[in-house]
Amino acid sequence: MLDVQNANAGYDTFQALFDVSLEVNAGEAVAVIGPNGAGKTTLMRMISGLIPIRAGEIRMEGRSLSEVRPHEIVELGIAHVPENRRLFPRMTVEDNLRMGAFTKTARPQFRERLDYIYELFPRMKERRLQYAGTMSGGEQQMCAIGRALMSKPKLLLMDEPSAGLAPVIVQQVFDLVRRIRQEGYTVLIVEQNVQQVLQVVDRAYLLEAGSLQTSGTAEELLASDQVREAYMGL
Amino acid sequence: MEQIFDIYLLEALINGLLFGGVLALLSLGLNLIFGVIDVVWICYAEIVMFGMYAIYWLHAVYGIPIVPAALLAIALTGAMGFLVHYLVISPILGSPPINQLLATGGLLFFLQSFATLLWGIEFRNLGLRLPVLQWGELYFSYARLLAFGIAVIGMIAIYLFLTRTYIGTAIRAISQDREIMTLMGVDSRRVYLVTSVVGGSLAGLAACLLVLQYDVHPFVGLSFGPITFVICVLGGLGNMIGGFIAAFILSEIISIGGFYAELEWGYVLAFAVFIVVMFIRPEGILSKKS
Amino acid sequence: MTSVTLVNGSKWGERRYLAGAIVALVLIVLPTLNRELPVFGTGADWLAYPMHIMVLIMIWSLAYTSWSLMGRFGLVSLGHGAFMGIGAYGTALLWNYAGLTPWIGIPISLALVAAVAFIVGYPCFRFRIVGHYFALVTLALSEIVRQVIMATRDYTGGSLGFTPTPYGDGFSLYALQFSDRTVFYYVALASWAFGLWIWWRVDRSMDRFALEAISEDEDASAAAGIWVTREKLKITILSAVMTGFAGILYMQYQQFISPDTVSGIAISLQIVFAVVAGGIYVMFGPTVGAIITILLAESLRVAIGVSMVGLDTTIYGILLVLFIIFLPKGVLGGILDWLSRRKAG
Repeated sequence: MLDVQNANAGYDTFQALFDVSLEVNAGEAVAVIGPNGAGKTTLMRMISGLIPIRAGEIRMEGRSLSEVRPHEIVELGIAHVPENRRLFPRMTVEDNLRMGAFTKTARPQFRERLDYIYELFPRMKERRLQYAGTMSGGEQQMCAIGRALMSKPKLLLMDEPSAGLAPVIVQQVFDLVRRIRQEGYTVLIVEQNVQQVLQVVDRAYLLEAGSLQTSGTAEELLASDQVREAYMGL
Repeated sequence: MEQIFDIYLLEALINGLLFGGVLALLSLGLNLIFGVIDVVWICYAEIVMFGMYAIYWLHAVYGIPIVPAALLAIALTGAMGFLVHYLVISPILGSPPINQLLATGGLLFFLQSFATLLWGIEFRNLGLRLPVLQWGELYFSYARLLAFGIAVIGMIAIYLFLTRTYIGTAIRAISQDREIMTLMGVDSRRVYLVTSVVGGSLAGLAACLLVLQYDVHPFVGLSFGPITFVICVLGGLGNMIGGFIAAFILSEIISIGGFYAELEWGYVLAFAVFIVVMFIRPEGILSKKS
Repeated sequence: MTSVTLVNGSKWGERRYLAGAIVALVLIVLPTLNRELPVFGTGADWLAYPMHIMVLIMIWSLAYTSWSLMGRFGLVSLGHGAFMGIGAYGTALLWNYAGLTPWIGIPISLALVAAVAFIVGYPCFRFRIVGHYFALVTLALSEIVRQVIMATRDYTGGSLGFTPTPYGDGFSLYALQFSDRTVFYYVALASWAFGLWIWWRVDRSMDRFALEAISEDEDASAAAGIWVTREKLKITILSAVMTGFAGILYMQYQQFISPDTVSGIAISLQIVFAVVAGGIYVMFGPTVGAIITILLAESLRVAIGVSMVGLDTTIYGILLVLFIIFLPKGVLGGILDWLSRRKAG
């Protein structure tokens, strides 16, 4: 479904990603793990067009992303749950969800998708007229995921969904990720919380200093000494 | 004696309220643009001035009925809003905000002198004679009442636009998080242009209301431009509700000041109050105290 | 002078000082030229008009240079029209109504300017009013002064303007009124040179580094031990007082002022624009701005006449917009950049 070939990206004079290649197949959940500053967030931002790709190529279902303008990437079926959720804090939950259905293709299905999200996250229905910024971290994460799902994406990018949340809430967030998978979405997730994330995905890539080091199934990586020592403190 | 005094004061208060409606409309357009694009159009009042001229020419000279003339004028200022953004602001979106402010200041000079060049410095008026309404012992100008009414309707329309449409929702969202608008599939450039057109059209609507009460001349913008900026800052730049409240506070101050002394002192008082309030609440009256 | 390290290489530097000396000499000698030379037509006082223009350029250059003292550090004030107005009207009103000679009136007016700058500046800087907000608060100040002049029209003449009472035969040191343009020429020249000297001193002071740091990052500067409010206030008051002085010069020279010529938002904007057009970060930028804007206005006026009122400022307005879009460093700044690039490349 998503095919990243030798992609390079960075900011100004700083290059953050070097020849990164990865793929995500339909129905899969894939994680990219790695330390702080490895370029995980840059990778996500590059895929969804927030920063330009400098060399290499990204294809979504065979279509090169360089053919479309950044804001049109959503319409190819890629939705992005950004790091730190990035809700519109002074807008209601429902307005936030409405923004998720901004694209022309999503608008006609707004009601339908809204009902679907409220069914998936009944908490959001309770809070629908509350300002998003006044909710708890876990609820905000729910809202951010809901917002991304409003466009009925084929692929959901999740950037550090557990970051900055209390341990109890972190558990809830990974439960959310499991439910998203059960709903049949293809997921590409970036996490520092390696142990937890490897339990909800099929495959994973290890990204260090802007380069992919290794990849394999979740079980393989869980068993790998490299990962165990560096990221799980074992 | 005291009885009459109070009635005149009441009249001044109500006139202040009516004037506040037009000021609120003026500041709404400016606030909208600031909130979305993060730029202050110093030339905003000059766009209003062009709108006033448009109505004057269309109605008083070419004899087009007032309502279609007003609509055409609104379309013209909407187009001017588009051009201001497209030609001036968008090439320098990345430069320091103050450069953008100065560029629109250059436009202020341009629009002012261009109007002088085209139409000279004579004062012109629509020649409409609207009746004065009497209510008990109070007298109100029909023009002011009409202006207030239309200003309120205009503001309700904007409110509905911002809350009920996708692009309106995006306009509210964009100031809260510019970057992730892309992730929502929003083309920020388009939102900026739509905002500029709406802001320009609001200037046109304000022009329709002002031309009912005031003469138009190339420098008319200077007489209500500064007060409009001050209202926006007092309300908190980009904060439309704050601007709304500030418009009424300042218009009452002007009106009461003008009641006890001359109108200029009303303005002096309003600007002085503004400066004092800025020191107490630099982010506008609705901000939480820092 | 010899000890100054010349960044651009000594040859260019030497030439620059030589050019400066020649210009200074020409400016000083100019009024002594024989005015009845038959070179320019009739043999009448052909120097009168050019000298008038030069006096205006020097007075406005002083105002623009004063503004750039703070403008270059990101303190964009739209209130300098107020300072000009207070200085000019203050001195003139004291002369007409209190009979105070400008020798006393000028210090009083400038003290008033400093007080107003302090009253507005202190809370602005104390409460971190920056950027747009600072520009608009100072704009309100401009407008207050203009409205006060209008409201007190019984004394100030309102929009009709104000003329200081003539004194004696038109040449009086006591009233600082000189019918002979040459005197004012030298006064303006000295004031302008003084303004540049102040700019140069500020440019080489520690305050400059402090203010640059502040304009980059106020919090970090405060953390580094810079007294932010004090630094900003110092430069603001200096800038305001010099601008007020320019207003006084203008009043004494023209012997006529009106809200449109020395106060209000239009003058404030005019000041900002001339600086931006000339170059905000270089010493002679504001002067170049004054030359460009005044010559442009005058030549258009002469070429087109008064039949097309507004054409000069129309072109001026377009040029300003183009400057900000394409040449944000101004004409002189742009030229110097281009020169140094050429040298480097």
